[in-house]
Amino acid sequence: MEHPSWQAGVYAALKAANIVQIGYVPDAGHAHLIEAAHADPDMKAVVLTTEEEGIALAAGAWLGGQRCALLMQSSGVGNCINMLSLPVNCRMPFLTLVTMRGEWGEFNPWQVPMGTATPHVLAATGVHVRRAERPDEVAEVVAASAALAFDTQIPVAVLFSQRLIGAKVWVK
Amino acid sequence: MTRSNDGTLDRRVVVAELLRDPGDLLVVTGLGAATYDASASGDRPLNFYLWGAMGGAAMIGLGIALAQPRKRVLVVTGDGEQLMGMGALATVAAAGADNLAIAVLDNGRFGETGSQFSHTGLGADLAAVATACGWRTVVTARDMDEVASLRLRLRQENMFAVLRISAEEKPRHLPPRDGAHLTDRFRRALGIAMD
Repeated sequence: MEHPSWQAGVYAALKAANIVQIGYVPDAGHAHLIEAAHADPDMKAVVLTTEEEGIALAAGAWLGGQRCALLMQSSGVGNCINMLSLPVNCRMPFLTLVTMRGEWGEFNPWQVPMGTATPHVLAATGVHVRRAERPDEVAEVVAASAALAFDTQIPVAVLFSQRLIGAKVWVK
Repeated sequence: MTRSNDGTLDRRVVVAELLRDPGDLLVVTGLGAATYDASASGDRPLNFYLWGAMGGAAMIGLGIALAQPRKRVLVVTGDGEQLMGMGALATVAAAGADNLAIAVLDNGRFGETGSQFSHTGLGADLAAVATACGWRTVVTARDMDEVASLRLRLRQENMFAVLRISAEEKPRHLPPRDGAHLTDRFRRALGIAMD
């Protein structure tokens, strides 16, 4: 499966930030990262049944001296709200990369409410929100956000705009 | 639906036995009574107590276990906390961390909130769920002889244990609740350099 080249840049940025655990709920926008993580013997890729598991996984990784990132869609952010009290209370770093739905050329109305709420919900729970819009800036935004999260021990979410990922094409 | 709780074990005696002579065992406790039981058995920096984040205990254990493959991790939690994170039983089994075990103190009740029946008191069987999720070693203990044999097995095997405790409530024994403090002391005790 072919992936846009910026996705390889994101994986390289996670590696450069010493991320060695990745929890994920799949998304097409994260497909390259998930494949690369599973193919990398130095990366532990953990498939989750629901997104909040990834926040607890990341907390455990930090307690054990490692760095973890969570990959999810904007629809998953809503599942995470109470679990975000964990990194906030424990002054732990947390990094999540969120592919946005419901904001650009969306076909499925069920994606719109949570897509619209995503940045507000994250901010309300104490997560610092950054956004990547263009292919040429994504890797840099991820690298800077990883530094912010792990060097200052705060939770940070990077939202990948739906325009960047490309609206899902539906064919009847 | 049958409402039942046939557990007779004393939760505090069970946890004191499971955590006796802990060495460098890395312990995560689920919020509520499991946290108080572990605290009552002796506070130590390598106990990471949850006071919230309900449903997260098993996954925190997995993150630690993957990061510290040469150490043993034991998650001690209640039936209500594990029920909220039931999907994590599939996630942890699929991740295959051999150095992790989970012990669920099962009284079939939500003890912290007025002892309402939980799903395990209404017919759900967490041991069967764990088996169905891919856990290969699953044990249900009903007496102290079984608990005593589990003490070492939980430090040697990738296992899921259900301990059938009575619904008797115990006095609260409160450990530190500042998450940043609990995190820092856990990492320091593991020798993780502060950066």
